[in-house]
Amino acid sequence: MAERPSAGPLAWLDHFGRSVLAALDELGRFFYIMSSSVLWSFRRPFDGAELLRQMVRVGWDSIPVVFLTCLFTGMVLALQTYRGFERFHAEGFVGSVVALSLTRELAPVLTGLMVAGRVGSAMAAELGTMRVTEQIDALYAMATEPIHYLVVPRVNASILMLPVLTIIGDAVGIIGGWLIAVGLFDANSYLYVDRTFQFLEVNDVTSGLIKAAFFGLILSVTGCAKGFYTAGGAEGVGRATTSAVVTACLYILLSDFFLTKVLF
Amino acid sequence: MPAAASTPHAAPTGPMISVIGLVKSFGAKQVLNGIDLAVGRGESLVLVGGSGAGKSVFIKHLIGLIQPDEGHVVVDGVDLTLAPPETVLALRKRFGMSFQEGALFDSKTVFDNIAFPILRHRTRDRGQVAARVRECLELVRLPGIEDKMPSELSGGMRRRVGFARAIALEPEILLFDEPTTGLDPINTAAIGNVINQLRSELGVTAVTITHDMNLARRIADRIAMMRRGRILSIDTPDLFQRSDNWFVRAFLDGEVPEEDRP
Ligand SMILES: Nc1ncnc2c1ncn2[C@@H]1O[C@H](COP(=O)(O)OP(=O)(O)OP(=O)(O)O)[C@@H](O)[C@H]1O
Ligand SMILES: [Mg+2]
Repeated sequence: MAERPSAGPLAWLDHFGRSVLAALDELGRFFYIMSSSVLWSFRRPFDGAELLRQMVRVGWDSIPVVFLTCLFTGMVLALQTYRGFERFHAEGFVGSVVALSLTRELAPVLTGLMVAGRVGSAMAAELGTMRVTEQIDALYAMATEPIHYLVVPRVNASILMLPVLTIIGDAVGIIGGWLIAVGLFDANSYLYVDRTFQFLEVNDVTSGLIKAAFFGLILSVTGCAKGFYTAGGAEGVGRATTSAVVTACLYILLSDFFLTKVLF
Repeated sequence: MPAAASTPHAAPTGPMISVIGLVKSFGAKQVLNGIDLAVGRGESLVLVGGSGAGKSVFIKHLIGLIQPDEGHVVVDGVDLTLAPPETVLALRKRFGMSFQEGALFDSKTVFDNIAFPILRHRTRDRGQVAARVRECLELVRLPGIEDKMPSELSGGMRRRVGFARAIALEPEILLFDEPTTGLDPINTAAIGNVINQLRSELGVTAVTITHDMNLARRIADRIAMMRRGRILSIDTPDLFQRSDNWFVRAFLDGEVPEEDRP
């Protein structure tokens, strides 16, 4: 198979074609890992201990990051909207805006992005190292499907924990907004809290949580797929790790638009 | 016999492993150039050959870790290139394999590494698992290192733990990729003894890659010489020793053969 790089006026076409094929390849791997991890989820043996371990890594260990991210996002949201809404005397609605933006959009997306950076990259590095040191081959050789043993607990833990983290993010962000409104702008605390919940519907929160579960699926499948198909030694592991984060963030932001369109 | 259990209606006949016309390339580089080989039931085949000849790539085909471009690998009547993934997975329970670089799970202790196949396929009984792990570690002369992490071990120790993990389930078919490279003569002899013990007690079929002609003579029924992706010759140890093939001679005498000289 002679892979000669074509020169001349049509080189860009050649380059473009290769890029498209690579992207399709990438997408194919993503969907292969996703579908097979769903299928293997229902197969014995169920590894409860490993699932729990991954839930701690994805969920518990991410609480500080999500806490800080959402706290400051809630705070800055209050800061910005207060300044803006003052101009047309709508300060009273800051609480509603903060609550709606956080639950519907910001808490799930920011949680997804932060966890993609923290956990998705770790998954890619871990599976990538196992690939290049033949540990994945060793799993196959011991009649163990790596998708079942490695990918399933990671994906399921992420799907389960992202909504939990998002609830925490919702609450912390709303408290952050309240802190700024009441502490900095002397808003009436009772009124602010009342406005926060006045327009908030159950669907606002649940749609955010459904999104979060999707983002958990996306970031874990991306991380695992990048790791699983790593080639080329330590450098390959590095590439897989970086591109897991970039790809997962991209997929999260793209799918966010379509999920929002569907869910509301 | 486990072999009989898996094919209850027919007495097992024919070779345990047959390889037919195996061809494999990575990109433009052809690594296996048409290999035909049969390994009988209970036979111990040793594979020797220069570095880069394709031995590791070949042995991975035998357990379906690599799919060939052309040709077939048939293990106990099941064609690994055609069988559904389920069948291949089930078949692998009858294999034990040790890897050239050990391939230990580096996030698990030595105990958990060796216990892994036992827990997944044999028993969850803590006492039995611990007993078997201890037994395997004693066979490779590494008693009492259960709690160490792979990163705390020397290269030779890692290799021996990998060997212990491969034999933990007392599998029917054993594949060893350079189990003794880098080991001292005493530990090499110990590994050879374990392989022979498994052969006489359990009648295992074994394929071993090695550069160590002493080990080869000790454990082999036949020795195959591999060169540039082909089987150059295949003989009993005695005949192999007296071979007049120019490459085998150069290999045995430790000389750079005429053809390979720059
Ligand atoms: N995954 C791979 N991708 C590309 N080339 C590969 C791959 N695996 C092996 N090769 C190539 O195949 C050839 C044979 O490799 P192999 O590992 O089988 O050699 P070997 O006979 O086991 O050598 P050694 O005795 O040094 O272990 C080498 O030239 C190697 O570069
Ligand atoms: Mg090798």
